Amino acid sequence: MSTTTQQPQRRLLTSLADTIRSFVSGSRLLRLNAAAMPTAAALLIFVVLVTFGQVQYGGIVELGTISSLFINNAYLIILAVGMTFVILTGGIDLSVGSVVALSSVAGVMLANAGVNPWIAVLVMIAIGTVMGLLAGVLVDRFDVQPFIATLATMFLARGLASMLSTTPERLEADSAILGIATRLTIYDGPGVNDLVVPPSVIIAILTVVVAYVVLHRTRTGRTAYALGASEQSARLMGLPVARTRVLVYVISGSLAGLAAVTYTARLGSAQNVTGIGWELNAIAAVVIGGTLLTGGAGYVLGSLIGALVIALMNLLIIRDGSIPPESTTIITGGMLLVFVLLQRLVIARRRKG
Amino acid sequence: MTAAEPIVEMHDISISFPGVKALDGVDFRMFPGEVHTLMGENGAGKSTLIKALTGVYQIDSGSIVVGGQRRQFQGTGDAQEAGVATVYQEVNLCPNLTIGENVMLGREVRGRVGISWKATHRAAAAALARLGLADLDPTRPLGSLSLAVQQLVAITRGTVFEPTVLVLDEPTSSLDANEVEQLFGVIRGLRDRGVAILFVSHFLDQVYEISDRITILRNGQFQGEHLTAELDRSTLISTMIGKDLATLRSLDAQRAQREHEEGARPVVRARGLGRAGGITPTDLELQPGEVVGVAGLLGSGRTELARLLYGADRADRGTVEIDGRPVTLTSPAVGLRHGLAYSTENRRDEGIIADLSVRENIILAIQAQRGWLRPVPRKEQDRLAERYITTLNIRPADADRPIKNLSGGNQQKVLLGRWLATNPDVLILDEPTRGIDVGAKAEIQEHVLELAGEGMALVFISSELEEVVRLSERILVLKDREKIAEIENGADVTAETIVATIAGHDQNAEVVA
Repeated sequence: MSTTTQQPQRRLLTSLADTIRSFVSGSRLLRLNAAAMPTAAALLIFVVLVTFGQVQYGGIVELGTISSLFINNAYLIILAVGMTFVILTGGIDLSVGSVVALSSVAGVMLANAGVNPWIAVLVMIAIGTVMGLLAGVLVDRFDVQPFIATLATMFLARGLASMLSTTPERLEADSAILGIATRLTIYDGPGVNDLVVPPSVIIAILTVVVAYVVLHRTRTGRTAYALGASEQSARLMGLPVARTRVLVYVISGSLAGLAAVTYTARLGSAQNVTGIGWELNAIAAVVIGGTLLTGGAGYVLGSLIGALVIALMNLLIIRDGSIPPESTTIITGGMLLVFVLLQRLVIARRRKG
Repeated sequence: MTAAEPIVEMHDISISFPGVKALDGVDFRMFPGEVHTLMGENGAGKSTLIKALTGVYQIDSGSIVVGGQRRQFQGTGDAQEAGVATVYQEVNLCPNLTIGENVMLGREVRGRVGISWKATHRAAAAALARLGLADLDPTRPLGSLSLAVQQLVAITRGTVFEPTVLVLDEPTSSLDANEVEQLFGVIRGLRDRGVAILFVSHFLDQVYEISDRITILRNGQFQGEHLTAELDRSTLISTMIGKDLATLRSLDAQRAQREHEEGARPVVRARGLGRAGGITPTDLELQPGEVVGVAGLLGSGRTELARLLYGADRADRGTVEIDGRPVTLTSPAVGLRHGLAYSTENRRDEGIIADLSVRENIILAIQAQRGWLRPVPRKEQDRLAERYITTLNIRPADADRPIKNLSGGNQQKVLLGRWLATNPDVLILDEPTRGIDVGAKAEIQEHVLELAGEGMALVFISSELEEVVRLSERILVLKDREKIAEIENGADVTAETIVATIAGHDQNAEVVA
């Protein structure tokens, strides 16, 4: 690459970054709340990534690309939302990937056995609910570490999925479940550049909105934040600690079931090995989005951005072509590290202040 | 005010923990419009009784009647429902949430879509204003406030529930005089509105200033209920500790007697020791057998100085000589190797390891000193634990009890034992007597003097000026992270001398919070 083309690009990037930075630092909301810093940084990096991709490779800020970004990652967004609830309370849910596998294999088999497809969908979500309830009860009533409790339910769900079937289960081509992934063209742009929004994306966006309202506008949500700061304080303040702690795992499990629905609808099939490592992607999305892994601080909107950052990085690596796709995880890992270091910095500053 | 019916009646309450009877048939009652103080040494059962009333502990036997109804509290939520609000000694709020949210958590004002933050913060602001905290912005995060102001926020939270019974467990232990006055104003206001207030404090002056009625506990047993006006202080204290005041008095006599050779080589000599954001460069010399007091308001740099001296924080300027040799204190381990020991002011978070036993807590520092590859033999451990339990009079005398089951004063003694076990030349005690009762306080003061008598150099940091004056030979006065004076103690030096020094140093001496 010659320096002549690189110069204006770089200038554009730095001036853009400066603009965003001054906007962010001037914003009243963010100045008030140091906890919002990592999320603001995630937003900034997302914008920088988009700009960089657009300038470098082109075709990023296009309706078609944006649509497919959401379509391909609806499941990740939903998983990240569920994970946010758990992490805010200071817990972790390692079972979501396996729950997706169990729930989708079970759902496809039920639908193919002639069960009403909508009942099959409800069962898929209910499977997640039950797995989450199990983990929640283990954590709360039996005082099992969240890591261990959800590790156990992770193995359980994966094993159950394998017992159901070890071969890909295909949905029948006329199954109503596939309708959830029907590509509704909202705006017909030139060529393939259409704004396409299937119900699965609407479900994902709705999940984020509802989660936002629950976390910020209900007592249950605020109890989750209080719980993440100090369980003892929350208890002594008379908040419903036990109920909330079980509930966050139920929410995470149910959303894993919902993620299974959207994923299965898009793929048209299910397999017992689906979703290996997805829990880690969800955790990465939450952490990149600025939620503290120790709990008590974070935003579900950040998790949405985190999921998009991961998705966009993968897309850019594919677009670039020169980066071996095998190294994708290294880049994701590096990003994760940068964000955790950023969080350390914020905590250190808050402690001083 | 004469109130016919008590609002709270606790009768024949017993609670046992594994191995201890924390409460043994205790009676306790509260009347509306009265401030009732619960007195007793640490470990007497005050906290346990409070926790029974507020639903944290379940009672083994006895009955609790609140508002004429018999209650079985399963949790703090139940007690709140019954009108019992509690503010604990350790601030139990969420620093990650805003001030307003902490005040209103669980009582948020609902709007069209869930909680209306505008209305909630408005309600919080009103509640804060009622307590004279109108200048606090409820939308700021709680974590940005000092501990003292957080305590006031916790009390504000207690009043939002419009309780008929308000329990204040040592609310004044981290407040300064002005803040205490402010708090008492609030308490009187609530009392006049008919709220029954349970007050716990170790400060006798405060107890006599605010309370109408006193109940005394000792060793988990009821020792009597008195009207404050009819109970004189010495009767109160001797009932509390179960012995006369001779021990306390003998301390005063000891004060002038100590003498040691002048001009001995200092064990520690710090020159211009300082750290940006911590404390400005400060000189300090410690002679063997000397107690040097450090006085100053909260946040004046006392703890910062201690941490530099011990190596817990790295000094960015100045030098330290130990026994005449210059040393660089990079970590507590290095400090420990040079015979320095530091007992923290933050007993709960930086001091005790709650789940370990008394014995394990005692050997912790000596084990760290030896290195983890050479474990202290069990026999040696038992010997050390036994020794400090006896000499420091740690109660209950059970080396294998988890330290979290001990009272604050006894935990403090265990920590003292931990550092004494390392056989230090210099012992830095940061607020060793905060939040502990007169009996334990006197014992710890006694030990300080004894240790100095054996040739140890001690740095004694305390908010209680009387105590500093009583124990120290020299007093460093700190203000705004700067040493403003070094006072040679003598018969004419009193707590007022120090107050005058702090106040006189600078006329704009107001402003805390």
